[in-house]
Formats: sequence, structure tokens, C-alpha cells
Amino acid sequence: MPVSATYDSSSAAFLGGVRRAVRSVFFPVMMGTYIGIGALAHDFGLTPWWLALSTIVVWAAPAQVILITAIGLGSSMIEAAIAVSLSAIRLFPMAVSLLPLLRGPGTRVRHLLLPAHFTSVSMWMESLRYLPGIAQERRIAFCNGLSVTFMSTAVTFGFIGFYLAAGLPTVFAAALLFLTPLSFLISTASNARMMMDRLALVLGLVLLPLLVYLDVGLDLMWTGIIGGTLAYAIHRLREATR
Amino acid sequence: MNPVIAEFWPYLMLVIVGYLPNEVWRVLGLVLARGLNEDSEIVMWSRAVATAILAGVIAKLILFSSGALDTIPIWVRVAATLCGFLGFLLIKRSALAGVVIGLSTLVLGGYLTTP
Repeated sequence: MPVSATYDSSSAAFLGGVRRAVRSVFFPVMMGTYIGIGALAHDFGLTPWWLALSTIVVWAAPAQVILITAIGLGSSMIEAAIAVSLSAIRLFPMAVSLLPLLRGPGTRVRHLLLPAHFTSVSMWMESLRYLPGIAQERRIAFCNGLSVTFMSTAVTFGFIGFYLAAGLPTVFAAALLFLTPLSFLISTASNARMMMDRLALVLGLVLLPLLVYLDVGLDLMWTGIIGGTLAYAIHRLREATR
Repeated sequence: MNPVIAEFWPYLMLVIVGYLPNEVWRVLGLVLARGLNEDSEIVMWSRAVATAILAGVIAKLILFSSGALDTIPIWVRVAATLCGFLGFLLIKRSALAGVVIGLSTLVLGGYLTTP
């Protein structure tokens, strides 16, 4: 069952989100990941201020890695923009499955603009886990508290990574890059209480290498559509026969 | 390149290559989510699709690594992932324990296999 929490005011819910973020596994993971991205930005000749701005406006580690590499290597703008956009497709179904949880009878679109921009793997997973136990009218504040904490941690550790860059041995740089897939895998498994989520996870892990091997284009998008639809269909069938 | 353009080039790239192609998916999600109720079937299906894409991203980053991670042999990366996952299952389902074990395995394997 989801843990439930009662907040008297929006600021209490915001602080609740801050506390949740600090206790999340994504808190240390965010530090490590952005130390790695900071080092990357340093090596490709960008400034720490540019990196901070990119963390705030892009707010997606895989897209930032592609962007920094593209600028550093002088890749074509069109190719880089396509690569970033393909890496970001996940944000679409994430926003669609998250934002309806935040919307109550009195919610206007402008209240959802900030949570929509904050949508990221870390915030999505922690929100899906804790929002069901929180009253409708406090959910946006909780989400914003969660996200502001994650984002400030990322910005701070981006700076730290930038200045540490020179002394980072290759194995440690590799380990920082490994943090993203490892933590995504373990937290998805940890959050997957429903059979549908577990199925989608396993199907995605198997389908991607298969589609890459078969050399199908847009492999991530097809992994999502095929794996997600299969998991959803099996879930519906089990519900129907119960 | 004109020095003024050279100065602002990374910022221009940030907006055109980073911000816009990334943010478009969040905006589309916001638009589609407008008419949806939290118990609707599309929300459920989107959650399954998001989870499967995320699993795909995980597989891609581990199996087809780039940058410094590429210097670690693939079997070390896979073994470290399995150790981390096992650690998570065995140690009270703690995500942090899993991450620490997986990461330590990778660093150890990296030092043992790279000259």
C-alpha cells in the first residue's frame, strides 16, 4: 500500500516533497550523475554556467550528455537535435501518466506548467509512488518540492564535477556513467508493485537489444509501444478473466 | 566564426538542439493529459509504455555504452548490473544497497580487467 501523508498547507506539502527527495535513492544518484556530467562539460570546453543553465532548462541527463558531446565534437545541429528528441520520447508517456494525478477540480493549466517541465525519471518514479497517499490539492506542491530539491542537487554537483574533472580516473568516470542505468533499473523494479509494471520492465529489457540486433530504426520508440502495449494487454486480460 | 557568434554559439545550441527537441515531449504530454482522468485507460497504457521505454533506455546504456563506460568490458557491466540487482533483492529490497553493490562491482571489475 502507498504510504499516506497529510499536509495542512501547500508549504508543508512542499517541505514534505523536499524531505522525500533527500531520502530518495535518487538523491545520491543525482550527485554522482551530475559529477560525471560536470566532468564531461569541462572536457568538452563548456563553461560551468552553461552547464547549470542546461540542467535547469533541459533537465534530462541523457539529453544533456548527447548535447554536450555534440557541441564538443562539432556534430551537425540537425543530427544532434534528432538524437536529443529521440532520447526524450519517454517524457511524453511519463507526463501523460503523471499530470492527471496532479489535476483536481480547481487546477488550471498554468499550475501544471512547472510540474510538466520538471517531469523526469527521478521525479516521475517518486511521484507515482507517493502521490496516491497525498490529498489531491497538495500534490502539486509536493511534486514541486521534490523536483526543486533534485534540480538544485544536480546544479550544485554539476559545478563540483566541473572542477573535479581533471583528477577523475577513467574507472571512476565510467562508474558515474553507470549510475544512471543501474539506479533506473533498481528503482523501476522497486516501484513495480503491479504485474503490468514488472512485465513492461522485463519486456523492455529484452526487446531493445533484439530490435537493435534486427537493425530496426527508432528502437526505443518501438520498445515502448510494443513492450508497453503487450504489458497493458496482458494486465487487461488478467483483470477480465478474474 | 564571428567572435560574438562564437561566444553565444553554445547557448544557441542549448536552446535549439537541447531545450526545444527535449521539451516538445513534455508539452505534448501536458496537452494530451488535459482531458484525462487519473483512472483512465490511456493513463494506464502510458504508464506501461513509459516503463518499457525506460527499460529500453537502461538496456541501451548498459549494453551499448559510450564514453568512459565503453572502456569497461561488456561482461563486467552486465555482471555488475546483476550483482546490484541481487543485492537489492537480498538486502531488504533497499535501492541504495543495490546501487552501492552494483557500482562497487563495476569499479572492482574495471580495475581487474583494464591494464
